[in-house]
Amino acid sequence: MATIILFAPLLGAIVCGFGWRAIGEAGAQWFATALMFLAAILSWAVYLTHDGVTQTLTLMTWIESGTMAADWSIRMDRLTATMLIVITTVSALVHLYSFGYMAHDENFREGESYRPRFFAYLSFFTFAMLMLVTGDNLVQIFFGWEGVGLASYLLIGFYFRKRSANAAAMKAFVVNRVGDFAFLLGIFAIYVVFDTVSLQAIFEAVPLARDETIRFLWTDWPALEVIAILLFGGAAGKSAQLLLHTWLPDAMEGPTPVSALIHAATMVTAGVFLLCRMSPIMEYADSAMVFVTVLGALTAFYAATVGLVQTDIKRVIAYSTCSQLGYMFVAAAVGVYSVAMFHLLTHAFFKALLFLGAGSVIHGMHHEQDMRNYGGLRRRMPLTFWAMMIGTLAITGVGVPLLYIGFPVGFAGFVSKDAIVESVFAAAQVEGAAHATFAFWALLVAATLTSFYSWRLMFLTFFGAPRGNAKTHEHAHESPWTMLVPLGVLSVGAVVAGMAFYKPYFGDHDAVAKHFGIPAHHAEAAEPPAEGAAVESDLAESDAEELTHALPGQGAIYMAPDNEVLDGAHHVPYWVKLSPFVAMLLGLVPAWLLYIRRPELPARIAAANRPIYLFLLNKWYFDEIYDFLFVRPALWLGRFFWKKGDGAAIDGTVNGVALGIVPFFTRLAGRAQSGYLFHYAFGMVIGIAALLTLMTLLG
Amino acid sequence: MSNLLSIVLFLPAIAAAILALFLRGDDEAAQRNAKWLALIATTATFLISLGVWFQFDPLQPGFQFVEERAWILGLNYKLGVDGISLLFVMLTTLLMPLVIASAWEVTSRVKEYMIAFLVLETLMIGVFVALDLVLFYLFFEAGLIPMFLIIGIWGGRERIYAAFKFFLYTFLGSVLMLVAMIAIYVAAGTTDIPTLLATDFPSETVYILNGAVPGGFQTLLWLAFFASFAVKMPMFPVHTWLPDAHVQAPTAGSVVLAAILLKMGGYGFLRFNLPMFPVASEIMAPLVLWLSAIAIVYASLVALRQEDMKKLVAYSSVAHMGFVTAGIFVANQQGLDGAVFQMISHGFVSGALFLCVGVIYDRMHTREIAAYGGLANRMPAYALVFLLFTMANIGLPGTSGFVGEFLTLMGMFQYDTWVAVVATTGVILAASYGLWLFRRVVLGDLIRESLRSITDMTPREKWIFAPLVAFTLFLGIYPSFILDPIQPATAALLEEVETARALHDGALRFAESPE
Repeated sequence: MATIILFAPLLGAIVCGFGWRAIGEAGAQWFATALMFLAAILSWAVYLTHDGVTQTLTLMTWIESGTMAADWSIRMDRLTATMLIVITTVSALVHLYSFGYMAHDENFREGESYRPRFFAYLSFFTFAMLMLVTGDNLVQIFFGWEGVGLASYLLIGFYFRKRSANAAAMKAFVVNRVGDFAFLLGIFAIYVVFDTVSLQAIFEAVPLARDETIRFLWTDWPALEVIAILLFGGAAGKSAQLLLHTWLPDAMEGPTPVSALIHAATMVTAGVFLLCRMSPIMEYADSAMVFVTVLGALTAFYAATVGLVQTDIKRVIAYSTCSQLGYMFVAAAVGVYSVAMFHLLTHAFFKALLFLGAGSVIHGMHHEQDMRNYGGLRRRMPLTFWAMMIGTLAITGVGVPLLYIGFPVGFAGFVSKDAIVESVFAAAQVEGAAHATFAFWALLVAATLTSFYSWRLMFLTFFGAPRGNAKTHEHAHESPWTMLVPLGVLSVGAVVAGMAFYKPYFGDHDAVAKHFGIPAHHAEAAEPPAEGAAVESDLAESDAEELTHALPGQGAIYMAPDNEVLDGAHHVPYWVKLSPFVAMLLGLVPAWLLYIRRPELPARIAAANRPIYLFLLNKWYFDEIYDFLFVRPALWLGRFFWKKGDGAAIDGTVNGVALGIVPFFTRLAGRAQSGYLFHYAFGMVIGIAALLTLMTLLG
Repeated sequence: MSNLLSIVLFLPAIAAAILALFLRGDDEAAQRNAKWLALIATTATFLISLGVWFQFDPLQPGFQFVEERAWILGLNYKLGVDGISLLFVMLTTLLMPLVIASAWEVTSRVKEYMIAFLVLETLMIGVFVALDLVLFYLFFEAGLIPMFLIIGIWGGRERIYAAFKFFLYTFLGSVLMLVAMIAIYVAAGTTDIPTLLATDFPSETVYILNGAVPGGFQTLLWLAFFASFAVKMPMFPVHTWLPDAHVQAPTAGSVVLAAILLKMGGYGFLRFNLPMFPVASEIMAPLVLWLSAIAIVYASLVALRQEDMKKLVAYSSVAHMGFVTAGIFVANQQGLDGAVFQMISHGFVSGALFLCVGVIYDRMHTREIAAYGGLANRMPAYALVFLLFTMANIGLPGTSGFVGEFLTLMGMFQYDTWVAVVATTGVILAASYGLWLFRRVVLGDLIRESLRSITDMTPREKWIFAPLVAFTLFLGIYPSFILDPIQPATAALLEEVETARALHDGALRFAESPE
């Protein structure tokens, strides 16, 4: 079944991309979409019937060299299964949505066949993403990793006539390559330490490698720390974490369905997936995880601040994605991998919903993307409005605080974001965990900002009076059913996903362990819990001990015996449980004041605080700094090496040395070319003659 | 058949002789006949070489299909292939028909052009199958002549300068190799390569003008061979002849140069430097590795700034050869496997990239990047092919380019992480120059008036690319197809190298011990 899920999208991509002339444009599109729905249905079947036991299926040998062996294979465990439903569901819906969205694209000329190409890319992306999550060794994961990078490149640059789109596509690929640089080194380091690249073998050897060191650059390091940092470098590139985030906002040049599928729900979460996938290593890389926690929290904060002032509807959502990814990284870094996956899952629903909703608005507004030209659209697009409203309620975290009926009651983001905040708080209770304390507050501030910019988006778009081109507003229309159906499905997900998946991802230890296939050993539970790990000592009843004896590689994720964050998260003070909700209100109220009550105020505030406004509007000037630090020096060096290195130094020297001979030869060059050749052949013959003479003399 | 290799070796030369002796006239019919004969001869060579491929036993590490005959002056004519050289033979025979087909539209001196390529094929195959030092030297040196002619006669405007530079560099390198060969003969008393491979050349430190030379005789020989192969490869800083040669060479010449001729350097390292002088190789490895790492970064940065498409691809070749040289001299399994794989893969990928340049050069007669833009509008098939090979050049997994790069880098990482880190930046830089080229040439709107009527690839061009596309993808997905024959050979090579080094170390310890 997994094989069908994996290859159906590939088949769709190939048939759609190369065979559309034979089966017609519409036929090709439907073919790809139908296969994607098939994959989605099968994925749900796999997910629901999965018993948590890891299974691997080897398809074929890939690269084998000495002890380095990487197969094409499928690893099926809870992490994979979770990713399967996310990827195939969103992908299938985005395929369907694209029928409407891509129906008449002004970027292409009359009669140009761009739709099959688009669908083929989408399907190819899905295939690559599935290869990534099903990989049983790091090299196959890297294959998927680069495959999605290629698909992302192609789709961002889909409007290949647009200069900005091409620039954005290239930027995305190159920046991702910076991350891949670290990822590759991470794979090499793993091979050096573990002598294998297969996941299961690595996991099982982790306890033995805990105290190993590895020579990296100038000194010896704890091996697992180095590996964790290098892998995180890769993850940061793909998931647009701070310092490597610059490509994501630009990636919005791609058609909106692409943004929803790749740059919100699936590809950008690959980094989070990687961290969870490598949880046995991450668990033993404490210092590295401190770094990831801080960086994730900073990303969440940074992106939220930039999101405050953007006017392009898609860019606002892009920054919000960036910010939410920061939440997931923090969760993984403090050791609650299931919670990171939980937020990944719910985020996929509500963020895809927001993007597709935004796409619906853009489609209805004739490709106008500037929110300053929107306003009052809820009357013209009521269904889109309600979908976006649900998405906003979900991302800002609206729910009923403190109510618990077997699960918390609230929209998807409410449940999963609270889970992260509570976990981070629990992690902060350990002595010396200042980084977690920092992350906790950073995430709360980010939650406030998230609420503000999300509501700002809603208010600017759907409320108030229409602004901008009146004609565009007159022609604004609700989208066709192919676009509304995905919105509906995702809305349902955005409402219920948090509540439905609460227990297996953030329930008690038993539930989570069972879901992820981590064996429990009740008999040995007598061993005392690790010291100083949890605040509340009355956690004695905690289920932690049951987990302590599971070994790395047993189950989809690994939580070390001293990792009690998951339990601690259920025992945080009430104010902590309440805090995300308060943060939401703190963002909502000013947004309402500024964009509904006093719409003239924002401009005045911006004018009064111009430096800050420009700083945020220009994304903290990251692009300019990078241009100055990396792009220009590289180009300058290239020219310098070319002209001075190759030209003056090398050729200059060589020609200089040969100066005595050159005039002689150039004079010869005046004659027929054969003159040259003759001399050369002559020289060679003399050489061989010398050799032969010598041999006869000596032999 | 015991003389299969000889047939493969001389078939192209025989065809060339037939062309030279029997084909008269320079009218259209004669040109057509010359092209067809060349195409048939190269295709037949390929088909016969398939026989070698299928009869070859990949599990056996030694030389197979060995032929040995007494020749003039007590010299031996000895041929044979192992898992490494067989692949280069196959690469050559497979690419040559495509090269001939790519030269189909040439109109000046067609007969001579075809003869040059046919002779070149024989000489190139000869380099890879020769098992006698003198024979090897003959093929290695003689191969320069047809290439020299191809650049010098059918080349671009500054062909004289380029041909001269090509000559100067490669010839000076070879002179040293010739000296070393004489020295080898004096020392070992034979020119038989398998025997020489089993010979342990003295590696005690010697003193020249009061300067200690660690590794002694081995190091001196190593350096002489290195000079020749490093130029051929080409390695930094003796690479500057390559961009000029490529720019001036006609498309078909560039393809042969990049895809096959460069590989002679790598092959030489694998056949001579590493196994014959293992101790010297160990001593000199840091030098080679740093030159390789520098080559990767340096050439990639230079490629970034090129305005001529061919120069860009040429510099990218220099960078990619950096992976090869580094992979060879780290002397571990991944490094060696990766180096051989990278050479084969680069043969397809860079050959294809030069063909890609050729396709539009034939239409617009310029290689200036700035003269293009927006080709995707009118040439969708071309855009797709170009994209595929750009991605393969970047080393995208799933294409053959990835495997070699990945394995060699993995080999480097085990040797020294500094080198690996510097070399791995190549993956970022390759993406930069590769995609930037693609963007400037293929993407964007079609603004230039001159490009409005440009046509997509013809069926002939598509057929030339088809096998290259197929191999690039196939080797990316199933690299074991050639890693399997490589491995026994590289593993055996490695074992010998390690034994020799251990012996040397043992001798050193013995010499240093008080008794």
